Amino acid sequence: MLERDVEIVWNRRDTDSYYRLVVRAPDIAPLVQPGQFAHVRILALREALLRRPFSIFQVQGDTLGILYKVVGKGTEVLSRLGPGDRLNVIAPLGHGFSVPGADGPTPLLVAGGYGAAALYLLAERAGRRGIAFVGGRTQTDILCERELSALGWEVRVSTEDGSRGHRGLVTEPLVAELQRDAGQRKLFACGPMPMLKAVAQIAAQFGVAAEVSLDTTMCCGLGVCLTCVVPVRGADGWEYARACTEGPVFEARQVAWELLP
Amino acid sequence: MNLAVSIGRLRLQNPVTVASGTFGYGVEYARLLDLNQLGAITVKGICLNPVRGNPPPRTVEVTSGLLNAIGLQGPGVDGFIRSYWPFLRQLKVPTIINIWGSTVEEYAEVARRFDALEGVGALELNVSCPNIKAGGAQFGTDCHLLSQVVTACRKATRLPLITKLSPNVVSIVPYAKAAEEAGSDALSITNSYPAMAIDIYTRRPKLANVTGGLTGPCLKPIALKLVWDAARAVKIPIIGMGGIHNAADAIEFLMAGATAVAVGTANFYEPQTALQVIAGLRQFMQEQGLTDVRQLIGSVRIDRSDTDV
Repeated sequence: MLERDVEIVWNRRDTDSYYRLVVRAPDIAPLVQPGQFAHVRILALREALLRRPFSIFQVQGDTLGILYKVVGKGTEVLSRLGPGDRLNVIAPLGHGFSVPGADGPTPLLVAGGYGAAALYLLAERAGRRGIAFVGGRTQTDILCERELSALGWEVRVSTEDGSRGHRGLVTEPLVAELQRDAGQRKLFACGPMPMLKAVAQIAAQFGVAAEVSLDTTMCCGLGVCLTCVVPVRGADGWEYARACTEGPVFEARQVAWELLP
Repeated sequence: MNLAVSIGRLRLQNPVTVASGTFGYGVEYARLLDLNQLGAITVKGICLNPVRGNPPPRTVEVTSGLLNAIGLQGPGVDGFIRSYWPFLRQLKVPTIINIWGSTVEEYAEVARRFDALEGVGALELNVSCPNIKAGGAQFGTDCHLLSQVVTACRKATRLPLITKLSPNVVSIVPYAKAAEEAGSDALSITNSYPAMAIDIYTRRPKLANVTGGLTGPCLKPIALKLVWDAARAVKIPIIGMGGIHNAADAIEFLMAGATAVAVGTANFYEPQTALQVIAGLRQFMQEQGLTDVRQLIGSVRIDRSDTDV
């Protein structure tokens, strides 16, 4: 984990309200593990003081990339920055995914919307390819389809409005696949909370392991403020774990889903 | 150039510590900055037993500040000693342990437990947390209860005692005096200010706890005035805190009468803040031709005709 002032190499619109941003961060880049995040201070925000956490989407040479959706004032200001502008970054942070080796279960990725951002690096570094289930509300929410294909993954797209791929939830083709064959499979998921909850249920139902990356409100990102807590099973039934430190990736069976909204 | 100050028997190499609850137990920041450069490390509030804390959402960003309702989640005395004390103990800078209880007896018991621990720098009594049902601010907004807590802790320990006062009072003067008379060696001024935020689309409070405590730069002018009020009423040293995010902020607190300062919420967004404050303080003193930081303490110039404010 390092804190660095970094320079934006480029920052471009991807689809709709999704953007990709690349910064030069030569000493951070080699440290990144799939599923880890960068905590970004956008100095131009002024009265909004807190850093914003982003999954590290790509690592190429001495650069880091994030893939983000404009959802509030932080990402809105971020989307207007360009080459040469500076950000302060603390990264890499958090406990990421365990990277599948060449042997062992076939990885099945489940990405909802910008959840794809947390899974791309895993897809790239996994010792074996599997199937990537990518879903969203509409076709512009489908991110990284071509890139995941280019990495050798079979990509199955779902949209809720049917504008691309299967019409319905991303978990429907996942269930169909597990009904066909649930042996030697492992799930890796990132997306909205209801999707992750469904993935955890599906994993339990089919008896497969699942790792989920939880997107929680964060403040310090360093395990100090105790903002981003997630209820996990523990000694006294359950306890709070920090998404920034023990997570953001948790084993699905570890999370006390019934206590989450 | 002398930056050292004393808080009771506790000597700080410089007047900059961190506010309880914004710096964890120190170890979390060890990879980002040299902890041994700080004046002291003040750890998150500890009571007797482990505390789970409030449900999320626990914090929300507001204009130039932060609302929080963490609910004093913590490992309890034993958990703290087991998990965090070995690391803190080997640092060169002193540790100030922030303690709290649900009853006067619990405050005293926690103080007694830390009195028995070798190497503690000082205890800070949290009588001002707005986010827990029992304990915290109820002791800090009633002079009689405040006096009882400080008296009981005074009997329980010989460690320097720092009482952390609530901003949510009509006048801080009687509370400052009550803590001093009951044997407190110093005051921390101030804690977070009770506050709330509402999501207008869901019509729900933004915090699960409904209300929380406001911290960050937006709190600074309020905290500064409280320090100024208290500094004229008591003889014991004051650690000033509330929204400090650069050296100029810290210098204002010293001029208002604080002997030391604590960086709080800024640690969450800029972990280097405390070190930047120390460097900036040194630079300011150099520019001003000052040789001792104590020359700044209480040095605010008030014209005689202004003192009725």
